Amino acid sequence: MSSAATNVIELDVRTDEMLVNMGPQHPSTHGVLRLVLRTDGEVVSEVMPHIGYLHRCAEKIGENLTPRQYIPYTDRMDYLAGMNMNVGWALTVEKLMGLEVPEKGRHLRVIISELGRIASHLVGMGAYGLDLGSFSPFLYAFREREKILDLFEEVCGARLTYSYLTVGGATADFPPGWIDKCLAFLDQFVPVIDEYHTLLTTNSIFIRRTAGIGVMPGEMAIDYGCSGPVLRGSGVNWDLRRDGEPIYTSMYEGYDWEVVCQTNGQYPSVYTAPNVPTEAVLGDCWHRFYVRMLEVVQAISLVRQGIEKYRTAEGDFGQPVKLTQKLPVGETYLETECPRGQMGFGIVSDGSAIPWRARARSSSFANLSVVPDLCQGCLIADVPAIVGSLDLVMGEIDR
Amino acid sequence: MAKLLNQCLDWIASWVGGSLPDDSLLGYVLAALIYVALLLGLVATSALIFIWLERKVSGRIQDRLGPTRVGGKFGWLQTLADGMKLLTKEDLVPGDADKMLFRLAPYISFCASLAAFIALPFAGRDFPFVAQHLNIAVFFVLAVMGLEVFGVILAGYASASKWSLFGAMREAAQVVSYEVPMGLCVVVPVMLAGSMDLVFLGDKQQGWFTNWYLFHDPFTFLVFWVYFTCGVASVNRAPFDLAEAESELVAGFHTEYSGLRWSFFFMAEYGSMLAVSILAAILFLGGWNGPIPIAGLLGLTWENGPVLGYLGNFLGMINVIAKGFLLVTVMIWVRWTLPRLRIDQVMTTCLKYCTPLAAVMFVGAALWHTTLPDRVFLGLLQAPEVNRRLTERLPDHSLDVQAIEQGTIAQGDAL
Repeated sequence: MSSAATNVIELDVRTDEMLVNMGPQHPSTHGVLRLVLRTDGEVVSEVMPHIGYLHRCAEKIGENLTPRQYIPYTDRMDYLAGMNMNVGWALTVEKLMGLEVPEKGRHLRVIISELGRIASHLVGMGAYGLDLGSFSPFLYAFREREKILDLFEEVCGARLTYSYLTVGGATADFPPGWIDKCLAFLDQFVPVIDEYHTLLTTNSIFIRRTAGIGVMPGEMAIDYGCSGPVLRGSGVNWDLRRDGEPIYTSMYEGYDWEVVCQTNGQYPSVYTAPNVPTEAVLGDCWHRFYVRMLEVVQAISLVRQGIEKYRTAEGDFGQPVKLTQKLPVGETYLETECPRGQMGFGIVSDGSAIPWRARARSSSFANLSVVPDLCQGCLIADVPAIVGSLDLVMGEIDR
Repeated sequence: MAKLLNQCLDWIASWVGGSLPDDSLLGYVLAALIYVALLLGLVATSALIFIWLERKVSGRIQDRLGPTRVGGKFGWLQTLADGMKLLTKEDLVPGDADKMLFRLAPYISFCASLAAFIALPFAGRDFPFVAQHLNIAVFFVLAVMGLEVFGVILAGYASASKWSLFGAMREAAQVVSYEVPMGLCVVVPVMLAGSMDLVFLGDKQQGWFTNWYLFHDPFTFLVFWVYFTCGVASVNRAPFDLAEAESELVAGFHTEYSGLRWSFFFMAEYGSMLAVSILAAILFLGGWNGPIPIAGLLGLTWENGPVLGYLGNFLGMINVIAKGFLLVTVMIWVRWTLPRLRIDQVMTTCLKYCTPLAAVMFVGAALWHTTLPDRVFLGLLQAPEVNRRLTERLPDHSLDVQAIEQGTIAQGDAL
């Protein structure tokens, strides 16, 4: 399947270009993204993203609160992966303070953040189905996501904005019996993934709509600062859980896993999934979607390993940190591998309990920046397909 | 019907010493009103049921319950409640809209979809259940349903919204794509029967399900699926719902519509779904002839008198409607399963795949029909006696044409 229509210039038919606003209220812009499309008929010649509709001064608020008080605000950045945001901020503060989380807390964080990754990728996958006009996968994805949210609710009482993982570890240990429920969920979830593959990944219409669309070569992805599944979908073997800073990679020490990325034309064979169709080109929408699906399988395996390690781990689930704990003078920045990519947090401290400057670096923002390039000359129907495959969350972009 | 009514009126008039000629206008008007009421009832009720069915089926497909409260346990009256809600909604016309066309468009769509039912028979044989028995019914139904697209294009143009305009343009591109293969598919059963008369077509498939044109030969079997694909495209259902493509065009051509006007588009869509399905049922699935000829086995035929004949016809009508509903359910099932195609892919599917396929099937069926004329059920069985007797009994159309040309019978009385 070749890419979208090429720009055909018809000399005998004079038509005007049309500027169309896609968003901020539009079914497929995932929140409040506004895209201004310059179209010639169905062919899109230019896409201009406009952002800022969800700006909530999150960074400024970080300069008025102590790091532990700031945790709930990180939830609200990437609201689909609150747990991963929590852990990103917590690790940054811990890096500044030179704090080390006990063994048990470390495995707890892995379990929770990988569950968060599954939940987030489920939304990404389901919403992508919606973008392409397939309604049912969305409901199937949410059905499973609800079960993860039930698990999260049990550990922290919240279903969306958890504030569970915090500086020093977590706010509480797993309740009794939770581990078994989690394992039971994973056991029933594994066969469900095949349903998703049937409905989307291997569906012939789905392949036609995504394979060869929005192709982004690896160098381009690096140039734009893309990260996460978007980067790995372009064949760049880079995952902060392996390639990140020691304070983050040590979390995953002792875990047996592979980065989901096509190297030498092959995806890691440890994660079973349907074969890559011949139409798919590395870096297209299909590959980005596929990487997410494989990462779900990867996350399941990581959760399982985490549970085993958690059961035998020493120490406590966390180490108490005072709410008004003074921060050491200094500056620190740390990026972690969130479901959508590399989420970075930065702190500049002047020695008080409240950071002098708090900074968040959004992965979706960099991922969004490729939209004008990828959508050049595509059809209108491809715009949701391309934007959806980047799996943007506006809360994170606007902060 | 009109003549019967006139005779009744004449009989009533005779009480007061008056008389009414057989071809009085009064009877025709009354007959038309009765037909319209019946067909409107059918279309509106079916739309109500389909919307309810759509919600229930999609609910079950998506692991939900669907409506459960309104009208008892199964939410029977949910559609009615929604209809009332739509009635009470503000009827909004955008400021920049072409107001007349904007108001007109939904009715055009709805009328076109409803008008197709004029020529769709629900039972055949000696007294066909059809509002207007046309000997070119197939052509009429296709032509009238093709008009529905004007409503969509007008709505898109008149809305003064860019999204609506996109929807309208897509519909225009789509209509030229699916009409061609659809026409080719419909020609196959027409060729096999040698008539465009839907009543004749249905009667021709009398007997067991082996006589259905679906099973006539391998070519007709395939051509049915091509027809169904094009049929889904013609009623703008997923995966061909490009004109309203929610995730791309917000709501496409009916983005700016609200309230009752919007619901007219909705009714038109469901009406067309039923029309396309009933047409498929008559052309390929034996029409009023069930898989097992229960009516024939029980003796509910016109040979045994009009009462039993009518009963047989009623059974046939249930058959037609059941087949129509079945096909509509399949459309609903498809909609909630598949992603949407892109506009160029729709055109590719229809023009590059469906059209040649339908053409090849047409040639194949024609060759089959000339070389193995009396074979049914994928060519495995000898056609039963009943078929041949039927063909002899039914009128020859070439004679009709001659008679019309000679002026011995009026066009409407042919057949």
